[in-house]
Amino acid sequence: MAPANVRAAQAQAPSADRRLSTLVGHLLPSSPRRAAADTSATSTLESFPTMASQGSSVFAALEQAPEDPILGVTVAYNKDPSPVKVNLGVGAYRTEEGKPLVLNVVRRAEQMLINNPSRVKEYLPITGLAEFNKLSAKLIFGADSPAIQENRVATVQCLSGTGSLRVGGEFLARHYHERTIYIPQPTWGNHPKVFTLSGLNVRSYRYYDPATCSLHFEGLLEDLGSAPSGSIVLLHACAHNPTGVDPTIEQWEQIRQLMRSKSLLPFFDSAYQGFASGSLDKDAQSVRMFVADGGELLMAQSYAKNMGLYGERVGALSIVCKSADVAVRVESQLKLVIRPMYSNPPLHGASIVATILRDSEMFNEWTLELKAMADRIINMRQQLFNALKSRGTPGDWSHIIKQIGMFTFTGLNSEQVAFMRQEYHIYMTSDGRISMAGLSMRTVPHLADAIHAAVTQLK
Amino acid sequence: MAMLSRAASSAARRPLLPPPRLLAVRAMASSLFGHVEPAPKDPILGVTEAFLADPSSDKVNVGVGAYRDDNGQPVVLSCVREAERRIAGNLNMEYLPMGGSVKMIEESLKLAYGEDSDFIKDKRIAAVQALSGTGACRLFADFQKRFLPDSQIYIPTPTWSNHHNIWRDAQVPQKTFTYYHPESRGLDFSGLMNEIKNAPDGSFFLLHACAHNPTGVDPTEEQWREISHQFKVKKHFPFFDMAYQGFASGDPERDAKAIRIFLEDGHQIGCAQSYAKNMGLYGQRAGCLSILCEDEMQAVAVKSQLQQIARPMYSNPPVHGALVVSIILSDPELKSLWLKEVKGMADRIIGMRKALKENLEKLGSPLSWDHITNQIGMFCYSGMTPEQVDRLTNEYHIYMTRNGRISMAGVTTGNVGYLANAIHEVTKPN
Repeated sequence: MAPANVRAAQAQAPSADRRLSTLVGHLLPSSPRRAAADTSATSTLESFPTMASQGSSVFAALEQAPEDPILGVTVAYNKDPSPVKVNLGVGAYRTEEGKPLVLNVVRRAEQMLINNPSRVKEYLPITGLAEFNKLSAKLIFGADSPAIQENRVATVQCLSGTGSLRVGGEFLARHYHERTIYIPQPTWGNHPKVFTLSGLNVRSYRYYDPATCSLHFEGLLEDLGSAPSGSIVLLHACAHNPTGVDPTIEQWEQIRQLMRSKSLLPFFDSAYQGFASGSLDKDAQSVRMFVADGGELLMAQSYAKNMGLYGERVGALSIVCKSADVAVRVESQLKLVIRPMYSNPPLHGASIVATILRDSEMFNEWTLELKAMADRIINMRQQLFNALKSRGTPGDWSHIIKQIGMFTFTGLNSEQVAFMRQEYHIYMTSDGRISMAGLSMRTVPHLADAIHAAVTQLK
Repeated sequence: MAMLSRAASSAARRPLLPPPRLLAVRAMASSLFGHVEPAPKDPILGVTEAFLADPSSDKVNVGVGAYRDDNGQPVVLSCVREAERRIAGNLNMEYLPMGGSVKMIEESLKLAYGEDSDFIKDKRIAAVQALSGTGACRLFADFQKRFLPDSQIYIPTPTWSNHHNIWRDAQVPQKTFTYYHPESRGLDFSGLMNEIKNAPDGSFFLLHACAHNPTGVDPTEEQWREISHQFKVKKHFPFFDMAYQGFASGDPERDAKAIRIFLEDGHQIGCAQSYAKNMGLYGQRAGCLSILCEDEMQAVAVKSQLQQIARPMYSNPPVHGALVVSIILSDPELKSLWLKEVKGMADRIIGMRKALKENLEKLGSPLSWDHITNQIGMFCYSGMTPEQVDRLTNEYHIYMTRNGRISMAGVTTGNVGYLANAIHEVTKPN
């Protein structure tokens, strides 16, 4: 008899796939619905080629956009009056007390900047703060990286990870010979929209195996192996969102060999360096393997999680090229993508990061605070696993401690999630994703009770 | 054949972008980006770079697009310093909503639409925080492309160079309309009105609310009233780029007059606000995009769609600059200090305009320089030819863009005499 959560997880996969397909279909220009809408709009306006609207209002025909599902979780949580409610939908780190955390080293850096009367608010270059760019490339690739030593890296500051992905996507749509990007299934909900609006065609490759709540490695190799030569492949560098499932080093090596032999272009999304395992170098290992072979790649970095700079919007896009000359030309074209988007990036957060990364004492303090965040999350995983085990909850829950980073794909199905919300005031997205950051020692027993009840009562 | 077909398909989907260079790619298979050409140098950036490289002690940079004090130094306003002091150590750095800081948006709308605006009370304005003025224009352009896909944007000649880039990248077709009158160095009002009358009904027009960049030429209040009336007749949609409110004349209410006229006449409008110049927040990227809708329900729908455009671009906007703006505008003492400081900046620029004109007249220049003081804001469209500009650079170490645009912010009491003399030398008849 297969464990209950395994059957539940199996039911989850088609639903997730349908959601992604629906989203992609909705956004693609070839979507029949959009095509029909375009035709309708054209016929309506054909008498007046540039007339915005024949109604009294320019925007009368505009419909309200669908509610963001993750935001909906938090909205519902906020409305719930229960004293035992738990928000596991939140996408940001929380302390044991459930509070946002500003790292001490960040406070210090910010205070230094604000107390410095010689600092001004001048425009940054289009590419951002030069020192921040250099330090960011070193952080992810390693100071001794040959790509950096040989000046083969073009790095531009962007608005956190999302902005980096978008700038990279638009650059590829203009200057790369292939227009198709493969994204893992599932992936972060914003990825399909970012790349579709960049002008790329979005396809997917198998990644997560609901049957085992782990990596579908054979499926991944098959799908990438059959991708057309030159396709772009989005890879989560570590702490995959939303599943928490990462390849092992041995698996990464096989992925690298396959991709290089098939001339597939890696586009790494690194939103959790240091935050995943507590070690900056370990979390960057997958990326560095690809850089070490001398090949090309794109790299999107975010400092939202690992420095807690969420709202400051700090990120960087690096493109590793074949030569220094190509890198210079690439950077010049990146400027033409960025200038019409927002002219130049925000100053404050990048200055904080540069202040910390350049000072060895502050850098060390940062690594300690970073490890503490990672350790707390790892501890929550262990505690949740232990609590389920002690309750004798049916099923194999080892994936909770095998998965890494902020998120866990529990394997719970949407009915179980709804049950837990209704009966135990546990809030998570309907795909069964838990933000481990929302857990604390105080709330683990309650969550374990809820999972146990859901699994045993809703077989 | 399949490759060509795909290329054709790609070109059709993004017609404004060059198709992939398949032959080049094949020839340079060892380097995926080997075919990438260097982008053309930005002309304005080039001016500053050349200025920095010049060893002359006489050199003057009037190409810079940011305010400078009378010593030629960047300025951080006192009210900004105080706001930052209140932020540091006291607030967290959590994500803002996709639409940005609610408080900053509230205060921004009051500034643009009026403290007691009924539109705000009736919740008819859809507004989101944006990455300064550029980000606001880009969000609107993308919104226009998505929801009014058959519309074009009419852009004044000339305009800020990035406007063309923004609407091009949003894939909105562009048309230009007559604005600047080179012979008089003022507004070509009759030409402008003809263009408004001749454009198809319901056209979208980009209008600079005040302190037109790069010319400094603005319509008078009476002219704005006629423009608004003609827009009403033609059912055109005005999108205002208001990057200089308060910084232009020293009075934010006066600088918003054009927008208020359109609002009084019952127009729906779009508005891009920037706090780069008027608060000196340049690199903090604080701005706001607002769209006046028919009713609250429509405003909710429009805002929800604006957020859907922002999310795949950068998820949510930067918090620091927004905090600074909302603290200043919502604190009566800080707001009062801000008003005083922004007037100080405007007055210094107005003073430099007068000084430059007076110096030129004292030198016996036979040309009319009235436009220097008639124009408003940071920039002065001098009317000099590219050849004259080159002479200024080569013989006098004076740096400006070749269209003759002078950034008045770079003029100081210390260099205005030298500048006037140089201009006189290159413009006087032989």
